[in-house]
Amino acid sequence: MMSLLGISSQALFGQLLLGLINGSFYALLSLGLAVIFGMLNVINFAHGAQYMMGAFVAYLLLQFAGIGYWPALVLVPVIIGGFGIVLERTMLCRLYRLDPLYGLLLTFGIAMIIEGLFRYGYGVSGRPYPIPAALQGGYNLGFMFLPVYRAWVVVASLLLCLSTWFAIERTRLGAMLRAATENPVLVQAFGINVPLLVTATYGFGVALAGVAGLLAAPILQVNPLMGSNLIIIVFAVVVIGGMGSILGSILTGFGLGILEGLTKVFYPPASNVVIFVVMVGVLLVKPAGLFGREK
Amino acid sequence: MSVDAPGGGGRLLPQSVASDRFRMRRVMIALVILAALLAPLEVYPVFLAKALCFGLFACAFNLLIGYAGLLSFGHAAFFGGAAYVAAHAAKEWGVPPLAAVALGAVAATLLGAVFGGLAIRRQGIYFAMITLALAQMVFFLAVQLPFTHGEDGIQAVPRGTLFGFVSLDDNMSMYYFVLAIFSIGLAVIYRTIHSPFGQVLKAIRENEPRAISLGYRVDRYKLAAFVMSATLAGVAGGTKAIVFQLASLTDIQWQTSGEVILMTLLGGLGTMFGPVVGAFLVVVLENGLAESGLPVSVVTGAIFVVCVLLFRRGLVGEWIGRVRARSP
Repeated sequence: MMSLLGISSQALFGQLLLGLINGSFYALLSLGLAVIFGMLNVINFAHGAQYMMGAFVAYLLLQFAGIGYWPALVLVPVIIGGFGIVLERTMLCRLYRLDPLYGLLLTFGIAMIIEGLFRYGYGVSGRPYPIPAALQGGYNLGFMFLPVYRAWVVVASLLLCLSTWFAIERTRLGAMLRAATENPVLVQAFGINVPLLVTATYGFGVALAGVAGLLAAPILQVNPLMGSNLIIIVFAVVVIGGMGSILGSILTGFGLGILEGLTKVFYPPASNVVIFVVMVGVLLVKPAGLFGREK
Repeated sequence: MSVDAPGGGGRLLPQSVASDRFRMRRVMIALVILAALLAPLEVYPVFLAKALCFGLFACAFNLLIGYAGLLSFGHAAFFGGAAYVAAHAAKEWGVPPLAAVALGAVAATLLGAVFGGLAIRRQGIYFAMITLALAQMVFFLAVQLPFTHGEDGIQAVPRGTLFGFVSLDDNMSMYYFVLAIFSIGLAVIYRTIHSPFGQVLKAIRENEPRAISLGYRVDRYKLAAFVMSATLAGVAGGTKAIVFQLASLTDIQWQTSGEVILMTLLGGLGTMFGPVVGAFLVVVLENGLAESGLPVSVVTGAIFVVCVLLFRRGLVGEWIGRVRARSP
């Protein structure tokens, strides 16, 4: 077996893969946050709770309706996105004229409610979700063992991220969205239904979180607390990357995931805090974030 | 986004109305002081002391959000960090209680200077996210550092004796000790927000570019407000550690940051006494819920939602608004 600095290649690449997977979740979630923030001027604190709901909905679909992974891949984003749309129409839409901090506080409250309900109903222990039959097993690449499902998660989230980028930067709908972000009043004057666009954007961002939860379900166990642990790290990722650029969020997410994985190999005690340390560094050197264009 | 405490505008009112209201205020303040002094005869003093600690914590937080317009999502780091330092000092170094609280406050001040220096580089929503992330970093450190004793926390902290002769093991004297600290903290906050410094903070909150154009170095004012808020949060946290003889991860986790936001929001952002009212209500509520077995976070989350959607001025803010609307 090869080794590098006394660390076996198995451990190194294993952690790198894990970092890449965490990075996929960071990227998916920070992308959703950025899209929502661009349009609604709200930081969606409930994003982590909605990610957790995605995993739970998949788990419940399997438990009570026998609906497996592949149909869930369609159903989960529809259900979670629909839930997001209801939230936006009933509550968030009342806050647009106010200080954006109220949006943060509202979604914080919503996150507490969702998380509390699931914790009340299902306790804090993790529940297993099986890997679909087609993605079981793995390949031996010589320097490491690559489980098929993990490779799938990385590929699927990359695809999701890139198609989101394509939809926003290269399509007509995306052009409307970007225009409405810049100047909603003018865009509305051109006869485009901006409130509908806003609702759809929130639904879409939340659906992304739901898919991320489903992707995570077979790897991490389904657990009511899985979202709140993640959301704070994703906030740091967003601060590091800045929310101005879609590709920037994707890049930052994956990059920080890998960095975290490497830290786990070389200096495990720091792996919890490495992303926050990077955040501090970025704030000192480039306060607007790596890809930010603040002011 | 906030309402000021009543007063100030009294000169414009007819003499009799103004003096009536002034007299009413004095009577009310006297009643509150009397109630605070007599309360431990009826209510369990440790419970009251807890409410006072959280009341001071919420007022410290309110100094930042209500007067400088900065939403910190990381105040648990100051509260919990000071609790750990005070508990460690009292238990391992045998420091008397007042000095332990002071050491906790010093730690919170230093932490506040670091947090503030970093967070004021960004504004609004980013400020909130940065403080949250920094506080989470402190939380992870508290999990890993040896002196915090991980999941156990620092237990059986001695309450010690005040000035060498008042034993704080007696719950009554403990309560009055906390009441004194609380009152001093509140007086400091009152003086701050009614000083020129406080006026500049309000100006920054209302219109930062204008404050800059008037020649104020807003970053320094923001940092000063942030550090002061951290110090007072630290006083509250250190006192809490002495009262409960415990410093644990609960004090420093992000839920505690959320809790102090809830207290302030419920009582009224930017009102002098709103946060105290909010803190008392939340502490009472959590006590009640703990017995009922209902999930606390669902109820507190629901209060958050209701506050944000229906009464953003908070209980005290709404009350002040109503009194003002009724008077000529």
